Amino acid sequence: MTESGAGTGAAATGLPAQVLGHRRATGPLLVATGVLLGAAALGVSIGPADLPLSEVARVLASHLPFVHLHVNPTDDAIVWQVRFPRVVLGAMVGAMLSGGGAAYQGVFRNPLADPYLLGVAAGAGLGATVAIVHGTGTHLLLPLSAFIGAALAVALTYALGAGGSRQSSTGAIVLAGVAVAALFTSVQTFLLQRHSQSLEEVYTWILGRLSSATWGDVGLMAPYALVSAVVLLLHRRLLDVLRVGEDEAESLGVRAERVRIVVVVAATLGTASAVAVSGLIGFIGIIVPHTVRLAAGGSYRRVLPVSMVAGGAFLILADVVARTLQSPAEVPIGVVTAFVGAPFFLFVLRSRRAQQGVR
Amino acid sequence: MLELTDVTVRFGEVPAVAGVSHRVEAGSWLGLIGPNGAGKTSLLRACARLVEHTGRVAVDDLDLRTASRRALARLVAYVPQHPELPPDMTVAEYVLLGRTPHVGFFSAETVHDRVVCAGLLDRLDLAAKAERRLVTLSGGELQRAVLARALAQQAPVLLMDEPTSALDFGRRVDALELVDQLRVERNLTVVSAMHDLTLAGQFADHLLLLAAGAIAASGPPAEVLTEDVLTSHFGTAVHVLATSDGDIVVAPRRYQARPRVP
Repeated sequence: MTESGAGTGAAATGLPAQVLGHRRATGPLLVATGVLLGAAALGVSIGPADLPLSEVARVLASHLPFVHLHVNPTDDAIVWQVRFPRVVLGAMVGAMLSGGGAAYQGVFRNPLADPYLLGVAAGAGLGATVAIVHGTGTHLLLPLSAFIGAALAVALTYALGAGGSRQSSTGAIVLAGVAVAALFTSVQTFLLQRHSQSLEEVYTWILGRLSSATWGDVGLMAPYALVSAVVLLLHRRLLDVLRVGEDEAESLGVRAERVRIVVVVAATLGTASAVAVSGLIGFIGIIVPHTVRLAAGGSYRRVLPVSMVAGGAFLILADVVARTLQSPAEVPIGVVTAFVGAPFFLFVLRSRRAQQGVR
Repeated sequence: MLELTDVTVRFGEVPAVAGVSHRVEAGSWLGLIGPNGAGKTSLLRACARLVEHTGRVAVDDLDLRTASRRALARLVAYVPQHPELPPDMTVAEYVLLGRTPHVGFFSAETVHDRVVCAGLLDRLDLAAKAERRLVTLSGGELQRAVLARALAQQAPVLLMDEPTSALDFGRRVDALELVDQLRVERNLTVVSAMHDLTLAGQFADHLLLLAAGAIAASGPPAEVLTEDVLTSHFGTAVHVLATSDGDIVVAPRRYQARPRVP
């Protein structure tokens, strides 16, 4: 999918280059990728065990194919088994939450939509609570349960909210999401009341963490994240068309209902898989896409891919802060993102009001 | 060629459009006039398949119900009365949306698409504003942008709902003249709902006067724009005058004489 534009087209037709439309995504994307790589380098190098940068680089290099380097097994374990998967998972979770947030904002045409809008958070929370309360020993059942809970919640929301006239559909879905979230949360609260010894564990899970990240978690999440990312990126041009509303999008030949379902399913897959392995890390789905919009404009052709990359970078950096602030103890990462996120939320609200006031 | 057969639009019990049948010849301009609530917008939306309706709407004998959304968008372009304008979108991006029916599902716009849009921006006097965000445009400029977007679809049928209400006197005529030029060049079939009866009479080949969802009068402007017809349907007395060019001018007849200020 190329963004053809300026260059040869303008020269051939003699028309001014700037009339020929969309700004390229490559500029912001390169910047975001640079930040991501920098964040990853930082994430891998920082930790309670003081490892020199050169040693970290050696460990990483030793895992490249055809490279034979001898490294200290402890250092290898720290970098490759503890830090690196954590960084990779952070990037993936950040990408899914940011991409999902941007996608939801596009589909529901609401800048305050986040990937938890349709009950994903409440569903995953309930799923996790059920798994924790029933004392499942296996590491696998918790993410699976959370994933299923999230998927069920969204399915229920959609079933309740969709249908009916075109105009009311989007609003109805969002409201159904609120209702479903309330329902699932109430069941969760009920369970916790009866099993209060699990309260702390559930709460810790809800706050979100990357601290126990393993390559297994990465592998668990990877297929869903990949599918989600690919589908969302393929639909970014259509999300731009939806910006003029469903009615006009239909008159331009886009089946708004179908785009909505596909995007919601894809974003939910990505979000649910992220939540399953890392808990409910909040605010990323709002902070990152909006910041990207401020920097790169409102077109989803840029916002979607750049949000994914920038989201990955942001979460890695937030994780670095979370584990260095009170080193060697860790602040829950959800606290860090909320600290940055809450004021940001207010900033977005104010700037939108100002913008509308000017109009 | 656009053919309407017994088109009915219902919102609940009351029909907004009640069994309208009409044939619009290819390359001609049909003006829809009538009081508020007569069903002009609903009829246009039914033709664009944006509202539930019974009856048949066909373009060149193709029943639009059988067409996919995409195919329909290539045949019918719709200019809404109250378009949704994303404030952060640039004019160029907005007009390029008009090429959506021609862009492959997983592709982006081609150079040809951009050339088409650049040409339209030029003709609608928006080239200088191409990279400006929509929120910075005036009402008139926005209306021209919406028109440009519809024209970018390059559809043989153009449906317009009050396309010039925010434009000043001069620009109003310019926009309609442009549509008329394009109509002749591309053999467009134009259907427009217009409140300005004089302009409707000047630009349309045929007028349909709608009242309570049904056709109350149908014919060339000279036949429909008469004092009897207009007075009975709009509920106000009118002057109907002919200019030296043969155009018809409709002007309201004031209720009472105003004392002249010396």
